[in-house]
This record gives sequence, C-alpha cells and structure tokens, in this order.
Amino acid sequence: MIQYKPGKEPHPKEHRLIFKNVDRVDWDTSIERFLKEGGYEQLKTALKMEKKAIIEEVKTSGLRGRGGAGFPTGVKWTFIPPNNTKPVYLICNADESEPGTFKDRYIIYQDPHQLLEGMTISCFAVGANTAYIYIREEFPEGAQILEKAIAEAKAKGFLGNNILGSGFTLDIYVHRGAGAYICGEETGLIESLEGKRPYPRIKPPYFPAALGLYMCPTIVNNVESLCHVKHIIQMGGAEYARLGTPRNNGTRILCVSGDVVRPGYYEVQVGKVTMGEVINDLCGGLKQGRKLKAVIPGGSSAKVLRADERFNLKQPDGTMKEIGIEDIPMDFDTIAACGSMAGSGGVIIMDDTRDMAWVLNNLNNFYAHESCGQCTPCREGSLWMKKISDRIVAGEATPEDVAQLETIAYQIDGKTICAFGEASAWPTESFVAKFRDELITHTSTKKRGQIFNPVTKVAAAGLKKQPA
Amino acid sequence: MSNAATAPAIAAPVDLVNVQVNGTWMKFPKGMRMIEALRQVQVEVPHYCYHPKLSSPGNCRMCLVETGMPARPALGQAEVEKDEHGFAKIMWSPRAIIACANTVSEGLGIRTESTLTKEVRKGVMEFLLINHPLDCPICDQAGECRLQEFSVEHGRGESRFQEEKVKKPKNNRIGPRITLDDERCIMCSRCVRFMDEIADEPVLGFTERGSHTVLTVHPGRQLTSNYSLNTADICPVGALTSTDFRFSMRVWFLKETNTICTGCARGCNMEIGSRNDIIHRQGPRDNNNVNSSWMCDSGRLDFHWVNSERRMTEPTVKENGTHRAAPWKEALEAAATGLRGLQPSQIAIIASGRMTNEELFLARRLAAVLNIGAENTDILPRTGQADNYLVHADRNPNTKGAMLLLTPTPGQQLAGIRERVQSGQVRAVIALRENLLNAGFTADDLGKLAHLVQTHVMLNDTAGFANVALPSAAYAEKRGSMVNATGRLQRLNAATAPPGQARDDWEILRDLTLAISGQNGLYSIEDVFKAMAAEVPEFSGLTLNAISDQGIPFLETKETVPLLVREAERKAKGIIVG
Repeated sequence: MIQYKPGKEPHPKEHRLIFKNVDRVDWDTSIERFLKEGGYEQLKTALKMEKKAIIEEVKTSGLRGRGGAGFPTGVKWTFIPPNNTKPVYLICNADESEPGTFKDRYIIYQDPHQLLEGMTISCFAVGANTAYIYIREEFPEGAQILEKAIAEAKAKGFLGNNILGSGFTLDIYVHRGAGAYICGEETGLIESLEGKRPYPRIKPPYFPAALGLYMCPTIVNNVESLCHVKHIIQMGGAEYARLGTPRNNGTRILCVSGDVVRPGYYEVQVGKVTMGEVINDLCGGLKQGRKLKAVIPGGSSAKVLRADERFNLKQPDGTMKEIGIEDIPMDFDTIAACGSMAGSGGVIIMDDTRDMAWVLNNLNNFYAHESCGQCTPCREGSLWMKKISDRIVAGEATPEDVAQLETIAYQIDGKTICAFGEASAWPTESFVAKFRDELITHTSTKKRGQIFNPVTKVAAAGLKKQPA
Repeated sequence: MSNAATAPAIAAPVDLVNVQVNGTWMKFPKGMRMIEALRQVQVEVPHYCYHPKLSSPGNCRMCLVETGMPARPALGQAEVEKDEHGFAKIMWSPRAIIACANTVSEGLGIRTESTLTKEVRKGVMEFLLINHPLDCPICDQAGECRLQEFSVEHGRGESRFQEEKVKKPKNNRIGPRITLDDERCIMCSRCVRFMDEIADEPVLGFTERGSHTVLTVHPGRQLTSNYSLNTADICPVGALTSTDFRFSMRVWFLKETNTICTGCARGCNMEIGSRNDIIHRQGPRDNNNVNSSWMCDSGRLDFHWVNSERRMTEPTVKENGTHRAAPWKEALEAAATGLRGLQPSQIAIIASGRMTNEELFLARRLAAVLNIGAENTDILPRTGQADNYLVHADRNPNTKGAMLLLTPTPGQQLAGIRERVQSGQVRAVIALRENLLNAGFTADDLGKLAHLVQTHVMLNDTAGFANVALPSAAYAEKRGSMVNATGRLQRLNAATAPPGQARDDWEILRDLTLAISGQNGLYSIEDVFKAMAAEVPEFSGLTLNAISDQGIPFLETKETVPLLVREAERKAKGIIVG
C-alpha cells in the first residue's frame, strides 16, 4: 500500500499511473529508491523486443501526446523516413510553459527516473542514440535533479554505451532554456537547441521527424507522453488502451487552477471524469457562495467555455445530445467538439467574481510578451490586442474597440508559422464571442474620436506599466 | 498563355504537373515553388522575406494564398468528382499557405484573387504598417519601397490603429556604409540571411522579441563586410539605407542605365542611377552567369571621381614648357606632328586593360598605321587580392580583351619599353588611359622622351610631362564592350555625358589615326565594332546590340566564380530557388 503525504492523497476518482510516486511518504529521487519498486524493468523488457514491436505497442495503446496537440505518439514515431541514413534524435520537451499547466515539473522533481526510463525505451524504439531534455529555465532545480538522475542511470548501466549488454547506446543531455514560451514549440525548441533564436520553422518542409535537429530526423515528445511509454511496455498496448475511453486512451494529469477549493494535479483516466466531477469532486467544488462563470479547459490558449453554454454533440450512434459544461467528459475529442481543446491539461476555473476584461487582458499580456516576433501577424497582432485590452480595462475604450479586437484576432488565426498565432488569438476570439456584453460594459461611447495614451492611463492591478 | 492545359486533360509528362491558377489549368515543373510558378505566368504574389537567392523562412506572411488539393475518393467511392477538364475537384482549404516555400503538385489549385487571399493580404499589410513610422516623406526608400507598393495594391487604405507605436533606435550607423532605422524594419530577415548565407559574416541579427524585436549588429562588431551594401539593396523597406546615397536624390528622379562595373575583371552587371549627368548611386543588376544579384561595396562606390573636380576637361598642348588649352583639332594635330618624323621602332604604345574592346581595336589600328612592333605595345597589368566571392585578382576589367586585341602577354613588354626609353631608342610614347608614373616609369624616364601623348580621364602627373594631354570619357560615359575573367562579352552603356570637352576614347583614337594616316570610315561605335568583327575572327558575326544586357559567352576560360559555385550548391540542395 502506497502511503502519500497527509493532504496529498489521491482522490478516489483518480487513477495514478504517472503520478504514482508523486507526494509519496517514503519516496525520493534516487535510483536506489526507483529500483526498489521495479525501476528500469520495462527497459530490460523493451531492449529484448523488436524496435518495430515497441512502436506497434505504443500505436496500439492509442497514446496521444500530452503536450497540447494530442497527436498519436506511435504514429509520430513512424514519420521518420524509412530510408533514413542520418542520426535520429529524440528530444524530451520539458519546456512546460503553458499558463495553467504544472504536471511535468512534478515528474521531473519527484520521479526523474520514470522519465529517463520512458525516454530510453522510446529512444531504443526510434533508433536514437542521442537524446536531449530541453527543460525550461524556470526549473533550475529540476535540471539538477535530472543531471543527477542521468549520472546515476549511467553508473548503473541504464544509459551510456551498450546499455545492459544490449548493444544499444544512448546519451541523454539536459539543456536549459532561457525563459521563452516559444521554446515549447517543437521547431522553436530545435532552433534553440541548435543555439539560435527559437524562431519556429516552416512546415513544410521542416517537419522534425524528417528535418529536425541539425536537419536530422527528430522526435519531440512531452515529458508525460514519454513516461506513458514505460507503462505501455509494462501493461502492453492493448491493456493500456483499456484505460480511458476509445480514441482517448490512458490516463492524463489535469492541472486545475483558479477558483476551486482544492486546486492541484489530478491524474484521471482520459474521458472517465466530467468537468463537473473535476470541479466538484476532485477539487472540492467552488469557493463558498460562488458560481461558476467560465472554464479554460486545456491551458491558457484554449478557448474559454461559458458556464451556461450548451453543447450539442454527436454521439457514437449518430444521435445528437445536448450537454452542459459540467457534463463534458475530460477527453480530447469531446472538448474539441465543444469548440475548445484539452491541450496540455491545464484547467482554469473562473467563478463569478472574475472580471473577464481583466482575464483577457492578462492573457493578452502574456502572449504579447511571449510572441517571438518572427512572423508578422502574431508579432504585431498580439501586442495590438494587448494594447486594446489595456484600454478596455482602463475604461479608455469604445464599444467599437471590442469589435476591432475580435477582427484582429481573426487576422492572426491561421496566418502564422506556428501554432502560437492560434494560441494568442483564441483567447480573444472566445472571450469576445462569449463575453462581449461584459467587455462592452467597460467601454464608453464618450471615448469615441479621442486620442488615447494608455501608457499613462493603464492602472490594471498586477499589470506592469509600460516604460515610457 | 502557353502554359494553359488543353481540355480534356492529357497525362502530363513525368516532370510536369497540372495546376489550376485562378481557374485556368496550367502545367509547371514538379516541385517548383508556387511563387515562382505564378511569376512565370505573370501572376505576381506580393512578398517581403522571400528572395530567390536566399533561404525561405516564410516569416512575412505576405505571400499567403488560398490553395486546394485534389479531392480523394471517399470510402466506398470509386471515382472522385471531376471538373469539365477532367481534373479532380479541388478541395479548397480554409487556411491560406505561403507561396514562397510550398511547391506545386499535381491537381493543386491556387487562387490569388479570392476573398480569402485578399483578406489575408489586407490583414498582413495592416499589421506591417501599425508600428511602422510612415515617414515616407523623409525616407530614402520612398519610390522603391515594397511597403508603399503593396499597401497601395493590397492594403486597406486607412489605419485603424489608435495605440502608441513601438519606439526603436533610429539613425543607427551599424557599419561604415550602412545606416539602420529600426522603426522601419519589418523583420523580414533578408539582410540577416544575406550576411549569414552569402557574405559569411553573420554579424546581423535580432534582439528582443515580439513587436519589440530589433535588428542590430552583434555587440562589438560592425557591418564592415565589403558586401554590406547588398543588404540595403535587398531591404524591401527603408530600414537599411546606403549612408553614401542617403538624402542625395529621390529615386524617381534617377535615370537607370544598365552597364557593367569596371573595378575588376569580374565585370559585375550594374545599374547606374544618375540625374542630369551626375551619378548618384550604383548597384548590382541580376546576372546569374556573372554576379548573381550581388556586388561588392568598393565597386559600387567607386564613382565619385567621375563627377569630381579632378577630371581633365579640355585638351592641352605643351609649348615652351607650359601647358595651354587647345581646341581638339589643334591638339590632335600636335599629337600627330610629334610622331611624324619618327621611325616605327622609336614609338611605343602603352594602353590600358581598362579600355573597351573597341578602343583596344583602334589602338591596334593606330599601332598598325604607325607600324609599331609588338615589343613596343603593352598594357599595364593591375592586380590585387581576390576575395573568394566576386572581387577578382585582376583589377583590369578587360585584360581578356586586351590579350585578344593588342598584346597576348600583358605587362611583358613594359620593362623593355622602359629600357628603350632610357637608352633613347624609344623617343615617343602614346599613353592611353594610364599614368606612366604608375607603370614603372620615373620622371627622369619621361623627361627623356621627345614626344609624349596622353589620354586620360583624370589629371595626373604624367600629364605634366605630356606634350599633348587629351581628356577622355569615364566608364559611365561611354558605350562599348569588354570581356570579363570568365570570358563573357559584356556591354557598357553611357549613363552620363563626359565633362567639358572630354571625348569618348574611341573618337580620340580614330581622330589621332586620321590625323596620322588620313584613313577614316568610322562614324559610330557600331562602326568600330563592325570593323573589329570583320578583322578579328572571335568577334565575327557579332554586333554591339547582340551582346544584350546579359552579355554572351565569348571566350573559353576554365574560371569559375566562387560565389556562383556556392550558390549552385545551395540550389542543388533545394535551399534556394537560385
């Protein structure tokens, strides 16, 4: 029986796979502790398997990427050109930067060997002899923990030359970012790893699986996704696929933040719990006397859902069913059908005390600050949206500004090199569409035709004033 | 249009694909970039960052176009729906894609005038302008600015932007020849890529991020490359400007003349921008056999002397030790008179590798008329450091022509001529376009001469010794042909008129020959070329017109151009279009 620290016990509705060892009483990050519980056993199993068989298991498992896009991991691995003669690289994307997301850090900080084992199996499967963990700058201790874990694994023969006598060689390097959200975008990450500015690459032609790091085939997977590989080997793909719901297999970690009694991380079977259960059961409900206003279900760039929205969804049998926000099962496909995305699993709950103009302004601030500036629509549009929402918050906008804000978002959406364009546009698109009246209450028709100088007027709390 | 496919469709040859452009089916080579395919059929796609000689980062987003892929048969469906030409129905994508980096494929549809394409362009255009200073009235780029051009064509015509613009550094001298205005920069990265990929001096880059991104030079470095001014050429806006040209002339006043640079044997194709016989700037002209799209700074800036005070503007004759201005007729007569009493072996011609073929041909005629031997005919070689890009070690632009027309071994006779001058065997020298004091002759040597005739563009010390000094025309003031290091025959064109009474060199040589021998029959530069074509087999069948602005392969040389070799490699790898 696993003992968890007091107050950190998993909720009965959770299914702990990846987070099994997080917050355990008798747990530490050492390899000895990891080995005591069957650590690196799956690696031993995998090294005796055919590489293709491992990939097949991962495909069978139905594992979808946990970084945000939800792309099937096993399918991604098969994109390496079959006639490839160049070295293959695997990169673990530990640049967990999406606001509202904080799952990977717990894996790294508390269970680094789980990641290393998953990575080593994955590298063996795709034929990579060099792998990198690209970790965000804000996890300095995490980088140290990983470095130590790598040294331990190497000392025990789980990494390095001729791993466990299999003839397979793998070196894993930790690379620290420098504090940029865009480094989470896989081609931006690759550029950064190559020592350049993290400007995302155009696709085509630079699909990482064919032309990635140093123009070699490169697989980029999220921390959590790579950890799942270990469990897929342990359980078998078919068995793993029984977790969760069809096409949305396995478990995933939801990071719940915002206006709930117990915000935190909850590992659940994908699609087996509803939004209502997340809020009311896992998180202990909303704060006393508050009403649910809105939910951002998959990290800050996901489109916001209104509490009173009704979603008309097609059922597997072809019939239509209308559901409310609390009935949404937390899986990839249903949330997508509701017009948002499960993304990185960052669920942000907002109650009726939240002013949506401020929320939107906060998000726009983030995306204006993080836009890499490479391509025009995102570079110019994100700051423009930020400036308009600054004025809305400061009471310096007209109702027409709200409409203009919306058109700017649509001018970015779909026109950019990478998905940051959508990430920066979706909050504005959804907030204006769903909270238009509320935003307009901040505006005044009297401000029409005035020249604004928001630098001196913006007094939004918590928002830094622009230097003059 | 020749590319139009005939209906119904006939299977395209292996390397051609059928593409629908704005409703018309056409054939293009498979794998061609969409932007280039469209250019072939006169459909211009607006763009900023794309440059055929540089890699394509796809960052400006101006070339986004609506496209569609051919429909695929649905499950259980045997055939797809066909249009009236027999091509699969196109499934138009709601998402526009960039024409610069995507390639054409079978059954692809492109719409450059659709609502989607137009709306996207309008949006990108608006974004590019919101933080741009819109200082066209004081911007050198005005008149040749892509922002101006495309905003007229594709912009919304009015600004919706009410916020404060982003402030950035202005008037920043990032190198000895380049001035940067960061507020005008649209971050297309053409200059960054040029310095990295072509000039191999990656000193330019971006700092900061988002809308605050700033183009800048690496800390502690300067943009000192001898190719730095190319960055101003390819800058689609007024961010990078030539410090030399800045504020000197509105570009729409400039007359553009296609000619070649005479700074070295490369013969870079060049365009001279002039107004009222004053040269204001020079820049490269595309020629994929010579200089690609580039040019060195030293070559293009080497024009200020053309309009300088140091030009010779009238013929002078030396009488009793002092020079006086004389009419052309008198000066030429004086030049001929001094030669008349001499034996052929007493006369030498020192010509120049800077002369055109036509001038060298006339120098050869003059030598023939005077019966001057090969040992007394030469040109002055000029060498320097080659740079592994474009600059050639041979600093004479027409050594190859001189070898063909005047002396097969340039520079081999000079020492002998000098000895014979010193010994008194050679009594007269005709110095064409060269300062003899730079050719190994000393003032003492020149003092020994009974007769010295000099033609030159500039006043120089040799003129002080000359009995007759004749002012001639600079490279920008004449027509004619030259043969570059790789054996390409290229053409000079006149951008400006020679100053004062200075004359074209071929006229001077014709008149001097006429004064000596009475022979004539040449009335234009074309006549000279015709005579040359009749006499020199290599030129046979050619005319000055036939050379065209791109030149023609003329002599076999084994030489390659380092920069072009590397460009061809990048093209073969698919990195650039070329």
